[in-house]
Amino acid sequence: MSVDMPGTAARTGQWDSVFSRARKVNAASGLSAVVTLGWRAVLKIKHVPFQLFDVTAFPIMMTLMFTYLFGGALAGSPREYVQYLLPGIVVQAVLFITVYTGVGLNTDISKGLYDRFRSLPIWQPAPIFGALLGDVMRYGIAAVMVIGLGLLLGFRPQGGLPGVVAAVVLLLLFAFSVSWIWIIVSMFVKTPESVMTTSFLFLFPLTMASNIFVDPATMPDWLATAVSFNPVTHLVTASRSLMHGQGAAMGSIVWVLVASGIITAVFAPIALRLYHKER
Amino acid sequence: MRGGGGQRFSYNQAMTTIPAIQISGLAKSFGTTRAVDHIDLEIARGSVYGLLGPNGAGKTTTIRMLATLIRPDAGTARVLGHDVVRDAAAVRSKVSLTGQFASIDEDLTAKENLVLIGRLLGLSWADARTRAAELLNAFGLSEAAGRQVRTFSGGMRRRLDIAASLVVTPEVLFLDEPTTGLDPRSRSQVWDIVRAIASEGTTVLLTTQYLEEADRLADRLAVIDHGRVIAEGTSRDLKSSVGANMLHVRLREATQLADAQARLTQVLNADVQRHSDPCLLSVQVSDLALVGNALASLTSAGVVVSEFSLGQPSLDEVFFALTGRPAESDSDNGQETRA
Repeated sequence: MSVDMPGTAARTGQWDSVFSRARKVNAASGLSAVVTLGWRAVLKIKHVPFQLFDVTAFPIMMTLMFTYLFGGALAGSPREYVQYLLPGIVVQAVLFITVYTGVGLNTDISKGLYDRFRSLPIWQPAPIFGALLGDVMRYGIAAVMVIGLGLLLGFRPQGGLPGVVAAVVLLLLFAFSVSWIWIIVSMFVKTPESVMTTSFLFLFPLTMASNIFVDPATMPDWLATAVSFNPVTHLVTASRSLMHGQGAAMGSIVWVLVASGIITAVFAPIALRLYHKER
Repeated sequence: MRGGGGQRFSYNQAMTTIPAIQISGLAKSFGTTRAVDHIDLEIARGSVYGLLGPNGAGKTTTIRMLATLIRPDAGTARVLGHDVVRDAAAVRSKVSLTGQFASIDEDLTAKENLVLIGRLLGLSWADARTRAAELLNAFGLSEAAGRQVRTFSGGMRRRLDIAASLVVTPEVLFLDEPTTGLDPRSRSQVWDIVRAIASEGTTVLLTTQYLEEADRLADRLAVIDHGRVIAEGTSRDLKSSVGANMLHVRLREATQLADAQARLTQVLNADVQRHSDPCLLSVQVSDLALVGNALASLTSAGVVVSEFSLGQPSLDEVFFALTGRPAESDSDNGQETRA
């Protein structure tokens, strides 16, 4: 256990250094505050790497299960199937991790950390943007982890590194826009756990009823139609075409860009207003 | 009840004579609950001022309004002359807040937390690191600098939390229940820190539900109950307003309390007050001649008295006199407990 130091500092002149500084505050610029708070997010990944694993564990499990259990039945062989599955499962993994944006924010707010940030003379939305900056880095790490696993399983993207990078960038953009929704959720619910539950309620059907695991052409017509309206389907189509260098899915790529723009334009202002509102 | 503290005015010292905090008609409701119900206060610069009251009295809400975290429904509050609503940014640049719950990142190390705040306050990376090391050293946390805060004891956490408020020395420091949940030794360390901060000229506004803490630390204090200021002044003012000649009787056996209480009531003809301490009784004596009779009555009944003293009332008794109920009746709420 921890050992407290004796509390005799007040009489030993130890305090001199504490107050020697000028009282002038030239608070950090907005950008610098955002970067500093992003640095905080990186430190958290360093100190608590588990928070990456518990969310990627599920997609990794799904990857292994689908590849080896169903891969043969779905695509002839596991190796064949992983070519189809991997660009989709990366999307699922990252979308699940976006939930952590909301969970982290809710934790920080309920622990009083944001009271300190908000009482500092900094650009007030900086904590939100800093958290997002860190989260986007986290999404990137998760994407790299899942793609790495895919490579081990025999995934060979025809689009090469540029194709994979382009797909990941598009994915991060979409994930960034979706994060705003969880920020809003995190300000409405009481506990980090309920942020998790609420968002999985949406994410689970959204990622399952998509073209991540199977070709929608094999589904009943009504479901295939529903799946074609699912934003995740467009994102996966775009990701697949980029990773495999097919270059044919411009429609889906544009669709994802527009959707990300609209989601951000709608939800970011709401999230920021809620954040400013007194709690 | 505003006693003492004669104010000096100088035409050239307008800036230095602006009070640290001026609150007028400040009010805040949450739903139908009136958390703060039209409070007026004026707090001089360089003083330690205590807001004393039980849980839910409105202390935290008041502090959060002053730290610009929530907007008042009515009334005005000025910190160093700056309005907390219209001039919130100016207020934030001069105050620090140490909230009721340690507002530090538990996943980060102690040093990282302080560097983070330093960077946000515009220090360079090098300066922020130097400053963090200085503060950790002064607060006796050097050895724990590289440890994650989640491994810290309550007292260490609280010291780090206060250190985070001093990365740039604020002109006004808000401390919301700085010692709630701390063991006695950690509590006295925090008291030392608060005294040191005040002696350097920073105005400290602290809330507490511990009467002893207010008595020991605060130059002046306001007793708050149900969102209102029910008394204001120095702790001596408050005590004398209740009246002197408080008889304190401590028994060796708690089992004899009821008997002793009955006898004292009969002999002294006054209300005898019980305390959280099950062996303690206190009563205000109007006729000092009766005190001897009281002791005689107790000893003749076989009540073993370990302490029998006449003196000033404690703040506990002041609170009882002002509100008609003990101050700490509801202090045990789960919110306060911390790992």
